[in-house]
Amino acid sequence: MTSLLSVSALDAFYGDFQALFGIDFELQQGEAVAVIGANGAGKSTLLKSLAGLVRNRPDAIRFAGRDIGDSPAANIVRFGLALVPEGRQLFLSLTVEENLLIGAYGGERTSPWDLQAVYRMFPVLQERRRSAVTVLSGGQQQMVAIGRGLMSNPSVLLCDEISLGLAPIVVEDIYRMLPRIRGNGTAIVVVEQDIARALRSTDRFYCLQEGRVTLAGRPADTDQDAIRAAYFGT
Amino acid sequence: MTVDSVPMTASCESEKALAPVWQIRVGTRLSRAAAIAGLAVVVALALLPMIASRNLIQDLIFVFTMLALAQLWNVLAGWGGLVSVGQQAFVGLGAYALFAGVVVVGIDPVVAILLAGAVAAVAAAVLGPLLFRLEGPYFAIGSWVAAEALRLICAQFKSLGGGTGMSISPSELSQMTGLKAVQALFGLRAGAARDILIYWLALLLVVLVTLSIYVFVRSRMGLALAASRDNALAARSVGVRTGRIRYFLWVVVAFATGMVGALVYLQKARISPDAAFSVTDWTAYVIFIVVIGGVRTIEGPMIGVLTLWGLISYLSQFGSLYLVVLGMIAILIMLFMPRGIWGEAARHWNVRLFPTQRVLSRNS
Amino acid sequence: MNGFDTIIEGVLLGGVYALFALGLSLIFGIMRLVNLAHGDLILLAAYLVLSVTTALGVPLVAASLLVVVVMFAAGFALQRLVLERVLGDDILPPLLVTFGLSIVIQNGLLLGYGADSRRLQAGAFESSSVTLVPGLSIGLAPLAALLTAVAAVALLQLIFYRTSLGRAFRATADSPPIAQLMGINERSVYAIAVGLSVAVSVIAAITFGIRANFDPSIGPARLLYAFEAVIIGGLGSLWGTLAGGIVLGLAQTIGARINPEWQILAGHLTFLAVLMVRPRGLFPSRRP
Repeated sequence: MTSLLSVSALDAFYGDFQALFGIDFELQQGEAVAVIGANGAGKSTLLKSLAGLVRNRPDAIRFAGRDIGDSPAANIVRFGLALVPEGRQLFLSLTVEENLLIGAYGGERTSPWDLQAVYRMFPVLQERRRSAVTVLSGGQQQMVAIGRGLMSNPSVLLCDEISLGLAPIVVEDIYRMLPRIRGNGTAIVVVEQDIARALRSTDRFYCLQEGRVTLAGRPADTDQDAIRAAYFGT
Repeated sequence: MTVDSVPMTASCESEKALAPVWQIRVGTRLSRAAAIAGLAVVVALALLPMIASRNLIQDLIFVFTMLALAQLWNVLAGWGGLVSVGQQAFVGLGAYALFAGVVVVGIDPVVAILLAGAVAAVAAAVLGPLLFRLEGPYFAIGSWVAAEALRLICAQFKSLGGGTGMSISPSELSQMTGLKAVQALFGLRAGAARDILIYWLALLLVVLVTLSIYVFVRSRMGLALAASRDNALAARSVGVRTGRIRYFLWVVVAFATGMVGALVYLQKARISPDAAFSVTDWTAYVIFIVVIGGVRTIEGPMIGVLTLWGLISYLSQFGSLYLVVLGMIAILIMLFMPRGIWGEAARHWNVRLFPTQRVLSRNS
Repeated sequence: MNGFDTIIEGVLLGGVYALFALGLSLIFGIMRLVNLAHGDLILLAAYLVLSVTTALGVPLVAASLLVVVVMFAAGFALQRLVLERVLGDDILPPLLVTFGLSIVIQNGLLLGYGADSRRLQAGAFESSSVTLVPGLSIGLAPLAALLTAVAAVALLQLIFYRTSLGRAFRATADSPPIAQLMGINERSVYAIAVGLSVAVSVIAAITFGIRANFDPSIGPARLLYAFEAVIIGGLGSLWGTLAGGIVLGLAQTIGARINPEWQILAGHLTFLAVLMVRPRGLFPSRRP
């Protein structure tokens, strides 16, 4: 079976600085995969490369039968790959509802996610739909960011550090929604610093260290010490 | 030109005796040669009136004054980030201050040039805090509005000819310091001798302006401005305070611009608000000179002013078409050669006659 | 002329200035670009309408529509072919390119049309007036200009806050890279914004060209009035820009009432005074 998304020998650069070295990565339809690693391991760079914010060789990334390594970000989201960026990055001059609507700007994929579906998942957003996003709590802002990503009806949702800066109970609420998102056939990639949380909610994981994959596998099959070694490089 | 070198021992070296010394250098061998050549050119230009025609002298007054304006605009906009399209304000104000000083008060024209600089500097000191409230690109139009307001105010003074302008009579200029001496020296009539005197003043002014700017951009203040232009936040975090440096630069540039304006109109001996505050003559040409030669270089405006002089000699008979061509050239240069003629040449052959960049080199 | 007349005249003049200002305000808000050729583009539009009406004999309304389309395309192309290459962190290149463009357009118009004053012909409309109360009548043309300005602000406001294009404008203004993640093509958003800005300027050109003479040299002054209206009104608010235009129009007519030579100067001084006491403008945007 060919993968929905497959990355082969991906090198990513910021100017002269090389952030990723020969990354191989696979994702199947509907799967949930965690990318773990310490600060600066290259997790965010991997997601940015997938989303088109960092450009690459065309064939380094293959998605749904297309080479997208050098496609602009604006096209990639139309193909069905959406990024929920680190730090939420909501549009401050747009209201809650407008932030959600702009997620559907590409407009080509229309189901199952629409405003009503997002509001059903996060009812509090419907109550605050006309508010400025700046007055929302951190958790509510993260809900908007996830909802905004879903509005493009992606087949893959890339979540970058969605628990960052949130209270544990709020993180719990947000992670509880992941199965619902997967229930609609959407695959999920989560980047997390919290290893335990990430491994609990996913099928497989990749561990990055200094721009290289040091370990990959299923959480159940891998022992804790191996993961710790791959994470810290000891 | 001096070689600024700061000995720094490389801290990571373990063998102290053999440790190479790193030096921060600004000067190069070429720049020292250029300094000697530059001195020779200035001396030659100073002696030129002995053989040159009056036409050439007048052309060179134009070249010197435009070069001075271009260097001033370059340091203001290129290094300082204050992109003004209102420098005609200070040309015009300087010119009007000179006329007021000479015609109304009756002081010596050479002294009045300093007065002109002072008036322009005061205006800049007052307008600065207002205009600095405008964000980046809006500062550009704001400075233009200020220039227009000053033009309309100058046009209100009936004693200075109101909206139509006025002339200085030769008798009022005959008192000029040094004029008699130049007349005696060259055996010329007053008009030609006055041109020579103005020529020398313009030469002096452009040399002083160029050297001051060179010293300024190589100073700590110049470095601070460059740092803040590249990354304002990072510069602030290491303690660079650019607000005051910018204000100082703005006022000093206005002072020098006012003196250039006074000199230009001393030579023309006739003034009107529309001419003295003309955005085309005192800002568009000046920007053209800097853009074509190369922004943020000392050499660029020199190339640029010679190019403009050449184009004017051949094209100015075509009137509007000439300005269309100049505008197109400026746009094309910005699009395809944004470093300008000198910037491209310097990069290609790695030459710098007036180096402003610091180079860290190993002194073995 | 009594004081009430002066105020009416100032308000009506302000409508024209607001129309000058909308295009400038629009692209500064979306892309932080200040187009120094804005005033000359207004003049170019006025001359194009003049040519289409006189040379081709097309009625004014049809000519205007045609020129709106042409100028939208010109603005779009200007962004894609020229401005796009110089937009960036350094504010110098776009300023210099648009300044160069201003010189080119101004002198190009001088070459093509000469230095004579022209005026757009609107038939009986330009000289007719309505009487509000006995002794107080308003020219139809200036009144139409003000109503057009109000309509233009309302329309742009509608586009900005009620359409998906408007959301894309605001999202791109907030953060271009994140806007791309939403499938927004920054290049086309910018090109549409410049096109729209120039198209709105055509409306400004027509309302202005009917009520006053114009010649190729007056473009820069239109830029300055537009800019003053934007700053007086307060950045980031279209209704503020309309108000700023009206304040400027009032300042100029009141100044002219005191001394005809003071009209423009009064406008400039009002601008400087607002900068001194309320640097964020009279009606700044409430948004961050």
